[in-house]
Amino acid sequence: MAKGRVEIDRERCKGCEVCIGACPVSILALSSSVNGKGYAYAEAVLPEKCTGCANCALVCPDGCIEVWRD
Amino acid sequence: MEKVYSKPRLLTDAVMHYCPGCSHGTIHKIVAEVIAELGIESSTIGVSPVGCSVFAYKYIDIDWIQAAHGRACAVASAVKRLEPEKMVFTYQGDGDLSAIGTGETIHACNRGENIAVIYVNNAIYGMTGGQMAPTTLVGMKTSTSPGGREVNIHGYPFKVADMVAQLEGVCYVTRQSVHTPASVRKAKKAIRLAFENALAGKGLSFVEVVSSCNSGWKMSPVGANEWMEQNMFPFYKLGDIKV
Amino acid sequence: MEDLKLIKGNEAVALAAIRSGCDGYFGYPITPQSEILETLMELRPWETTGMVVLQAESEVASINMVYGGASTGKRVMTSSSSPGISLMAEGISYIAGAGLPCLIVNVQRGGPGLGTIQPSQADYWQAVKGGAHGDFRMIVLAPASVQEMYDFVFDGFDLAFKYRVPVMMLSDGIIGQMMEKVAMGRERPRWSADELGDWCVGVGKNNIITSLELDPQVMEGRNLALQRTYNEIEDNEVRYEEVNTDDAEYVIVAFGSSARIASEAVELARRDGMKVGLLRPITLWPFPYKRLRQLAGSVKRFLVAELNAGQMVEDVRLAVDGCVPVDHCGRMGGMIFSPEDIYEQLKGHGKGI
Repeated sequence: MAKGRVEIDRERCKGCEVCIGACPVSILALSSSVNGKGYAYAEAVLPEKCTGCANCALVCPDGCIEVWRD
Repeated sequence: MEKVYSKPRLLTDAVMHYCPGCSHGTIHKIVAEVIAELGIESSTIGVSPVGCSVFAYKYIDIDWIQAAHGRACAVASAVKRLEPEKMVFTYQGDGDLSAIGTGETIHACNRGENIAVIYVNNAIYGMTGGQMAPTTLVGMKTSTSPGGREVNIHGYPFKVADMVAQLEGVCYVTRQSVHTPASVRKAKKAIRLAFENALAGKGLSFVEVVSSCNSGWKMSPVGANEWMEQNMFPFYKLGDIKV
Repeated sequence: MEDLKLIKGNEAVALAAIRSGCDGYFGYPITPQSEILETLMELRPWETTGMVVLQAESEVASINMVYGGASTGKRVMTSSSSPGISLMAEGISYIAGAGLPCLIVNVQRGGPGLGTIQPSQADYWQAVKGGAHGDFRMIVLAPASVQEMYDFVFDGFDLAFKYRVPVMMLSDGIIGQMMEKVAMGRERPRWSADELGDWCVGVGKNNIITSLELDPQVMEGRNLALQRTYNEIEDNEVRYEEVNTDDAEYVIVAFGSSARIASEAVELARRDGMKVGLLRPITLWPFPYKRLRQLAGSVKRFLVAELNAGQMVEDVRLAVDGCVPVDHCGRMGGMIFSPEDIYEQLKGHGKGI
């Protein structure tokens, strides 16, 4: 059971990938599909490993990420 | 589960016009958080520059004045004098503050205006398409230094923060970044201290945020952050310059 | 007892600023208007009315301080002289574009360039034709006495706030440096926080002051709104003074200091039996086109007397539209014409320019 959870506003996301490198447990990746603006967006591909540390959200320039933690 | 992070309350729903991965968005977020945490959203007046962050007023839900190129510190000086109880800050890029606005910046610093200056230094003119700025590193290629900045033609990169730290009216100068979670936390603390200083009437606080401009530098966002660590930080050293 | 003082025009501006409820003055020294800032610093109004007085590092900073101060909805002003006003051009355009009220005093000297510190009226075009980039106007008040330099501070603030536009008082080194008796009856306090508008920053409404708009349709809309304001000003705010125009065959048109000299020329002409009148535009924009057009139906000739190479004369010719001849009498570079010079020019014997 994951200790944390992220929710990414895919329409706000510009696919800059800064969050991906900031994740200490490497659960984020860029999607293969694109959003309404044509950007591939960040998504949690290994959500069960999320610790809810919020590092991804901290560095997200567009405020796309919400984080929950136990 | 408990929500531990969400978009700052004062950040509007408008999608920011910045390029993917631009540091401006992250800096906007922490400015919005600091204002909310201090509970001063109804008494804070921001002054936006000319440059990429000209539209800062669309993204943080407070009072804003859009200033002429380089003149933000003059505008903010008058606002603070006329509204001494308000929190007044400028948000400026390096093209705005370190080139055309050098005079207004230095004199606001020297007068010890009780304002905070957020200075976003990405060593290039972003909005106009990547021209050389006073802050451009030696050898760095821009559209107006296509062969790389040459000191015999263009002079040297300009360390504004180190210069204003010499002025009596300035109480706090620091150089931060926002490219990692740890740096975001530190930069936020610095901006909070700058705001607290202004509210306490201690003089001018100057927070430089060394930033990337991946479009102007012609790199990927992540690549630009790495390049910044390797090339910008050795010259623009992070940390407090005057406390 | 009426409060009378013998003071310089520049001192009158400083005293009027304090007494008109001005909240902030931001300026930079330049001859021949430095007495305004000097007088304010001497009087220390921040200890009495709470008015802020700040010596800026340049005219560029001054006008941008005015821009910031005006954004707070308060009465703010600056003063300078010709080269300094040129430096303020960008800021004035921003003030007009953002719909901000303020008062700018230009105590003119001769140009171009560094020119001279002697008086001139060579900034007429700069003042009334916008004086910076973009389609905008300033209301321009031209004082002809020290009393008017005092009164037009009050009137200038009233007009600026009525229409939310920059207002310029276009004086010159003669009126600014001259000493005259001034009745200082008018006085009013600074506004309280409750009296400020709801459009400005600092009133808790999350307002945005900007002249920027990238959507061309919206930007055209803003321009049209400005033009509607200007039309309203043209309809309501034209001010001028006439002397002996009832039976006049010849009318001299002159503003500010020139009007004082021209009024003596009228007396000289009348003494010789020549039917001469004077029209003194008080607002240079909006300009009294309609009245001049009316007069063109009854007079034989106009003479525009101004201390420049011929600037207001173009507006008089526009008004008269070729109905009758419009001549010009001018001096430049700090030189001043005499009443006799104007009279000779009127009789057709003058040298002209």
